[in-house]
Amino acid sequence: MNPRLTLATAGRVLAQIRHDPRTIGLLVLVPSLLLGLMAWIFTDTAVFDVVGPALLALFPFITMFLVTSITMLQERRSGTLERLMALPLGRFDLILGYTLAFGALAVVQALVAVGFAVQVCGLDVAGDPWLLVVVALVDALLGTTLGLMASAFARSEFQVVQFLPALVFPQVLLGGIFVPRDRMPDVLHAISDWLPLSHAIEALQAVSSATDGTGTVVRETVIVAAFAVAFVVLGAVTLRRSTR
Amino acid sequence: MMKYAVEVDGLVVHRGRNDVLRSISTTVPTGAIVGLLGPSGSGKTTLMRALVGAQRITAGTATVLGLPAGHPRLRSRIGYVSQSPSVYDDLTTRQNLAYFGRVVGAPSRDVDRVLDEVDLRPQQHDLVRDLSGGQQNRVSLGAALLGSPELLVLDEPTVGLDPLLRRDLWTLFRSIASQGTTLVVSSHVMDEAQRCDRILLLRDGTLLADVTPAELLERTGTADADDAFLALVGAAA
Repeated sequence: MNPRLTLATAGRVLAQIRHDPRTIGLLVLVPSLLLGLMAWIFTDTAVFDVVGPALLALFPFITMFLVTSITMLQERRSGTLERLMALPLGRFDLILGYTLAFGALAVVQALVAVGFAVQVCGLDVAGDPWLLVVVALVDALLGTTLGLMASAFARSEFQVVQFLPALVFPQVLLGGIFVPRDRMPDVLHAISDWLPLSHAIEALQAVSSATDGTGTVVRETVIVAAFAVAFVVLGAVTLRRSTR
Repeated sequence: MMKYAVEVDGLVVHRGRNDVLRSISTTVPTGAIVGLLGPSGSGKTTLMRALVGAQRITAGTATVLGLPAGHPRLRSRIGYVSQSPSVYDDLTTRQNLAYFGRVVGAPSRDVDRVLDEVDLRPQQHDLVRDLSGGQQNRVSLGAALLGSPELLVLDEPTVGLDPLLRRDLWTLFRSIASQGTTLVVSSHVMDEAQRCDRILLLRDGTLLADVTPAELLERTGTADADDAFLALVGAAA
C-alpha cells in the first residue's frame, strides 16, 4: 500500500465525478428532498422525530451503495481494472482511493442532509447535531464499501441494481424503522443484530433521543465502522491480478 | 542487456474447458518488434495477457525481462494496451495520462512527451468519450508509453485507424524500438507484418510460423503477406 497512489486514485475518482454534475446534484439534494417529503407527510405528528434520524442513516447508505457499486463495475468492465492490476498499484490503494473519494462526497451529503433535517424540517435532536453528521458520514462509508464489494459479484449494471432489494432492503426492514428491533420475533431480532444498518440506525436514534446516549452512539458507530473495514478488506480480496 | 526480452517454453493455457494455447515455445529478442498474427480466436490475446501476468498459466514457462511473467517487479517495466481502449471516458486525455503516469511513477513531464508522441496535444483537454475511436485508442496507447517501459505489449493498436495514422504509429513503434524497447504487437492487418522484425503466426493455439517477414514470403512462395497467411493457414488446415 502506498499513500501517494491511494491519493492519486481518490483524486482521479473525484475528477471523474466532477465531470458528472448531475450525479453530484442527485447525491447531495435527493436525501434532503426525501427528508422534506417525510416531514411534510407527518406534519403535526411525532412520527418524523422518530423516523427522521433513521432516514438520515438510510439515504446516504443507499445512494452511496448505488453510485459506488456502479462506478466500480464500470472500472471492472471497461478494462481499466485489468490495466491497473498489471501496473504497480496495490489493491488496497484502489479500494481505499475509492472510499476516500466517495467519503469526501459523503461529507457534503451528510452536512446538507443533517442541516436540512434540523434547520428546515425541524427535526428534534437532543444530542449534538454534529454527532448526527459524523454518524451519517460513517453510514455513507458503509454504503460505499458494501457497494465496492458487491460490484465483484455483478456482471452488469442490471444485476447491481438488483442487489438493492437483495442486500439493502432486508436491512431496512429489520433495522428498527418499522418495528423497534426489541419488539421483533426473537429470530429476527437476532438476525438484525448482525446487520450493519441496524447499528447505524440505532446510533442515530441515540443521538437524537437522549443527550446522555454518547456511549451508545460511540459503540454503535464503531460497530458500523468495523463492518465498513471488513467490506474494504473483502472488496480488495475480490480484485484479482490474473484470471484462470 | 538481456538477449531475449521474452522467452516462452511449452506454454499451455486452459480457460475453462478450452485449450487456448497448446505448448507455445518462442523467444523475442530485446529491442525487436515482433508481430503476433493469426485469425481471431487463435490465442493472440491470451498469449499477450499471459506475458503481462493477467492470464494464469496452466503449464510451461513464460520469462519476461528475466523474471517469471506476472512478477510484481515487472509491473512498472511493462506497458500493456488491451484491445478495447482501457481508459476513463469521463476524464480528459490529460487527466487519464496524469493518473496512469502517477501509478507507474513516471515524472510529470512524461505526460507532455507522450501527448506529442501519440499526436493528441490538441485534444488534451477533451473528455475521452468525446474523442473518435482512433483517438481513444491512442489515449490508451499513450498511457502505456508513460514511464518508458522496457517491453510494450500492444493488442491490435492500429484497429480503426486510417492508413495515415497507422503509418505514423508504426514510425513511432520503430523509433521506440530503436531506443532498446521491445514491442510485441498483434494485428489482423497482414501488411503490418512486413513492418515487424519477426512474425509469430498463431492458429488454434499453436505456433504455425516463427519467421522474419522475408522468410515468410520465401517459404510460402507468395508475393504479399495476405497470400502468405492464407497459404500457411490453408496448409495447416
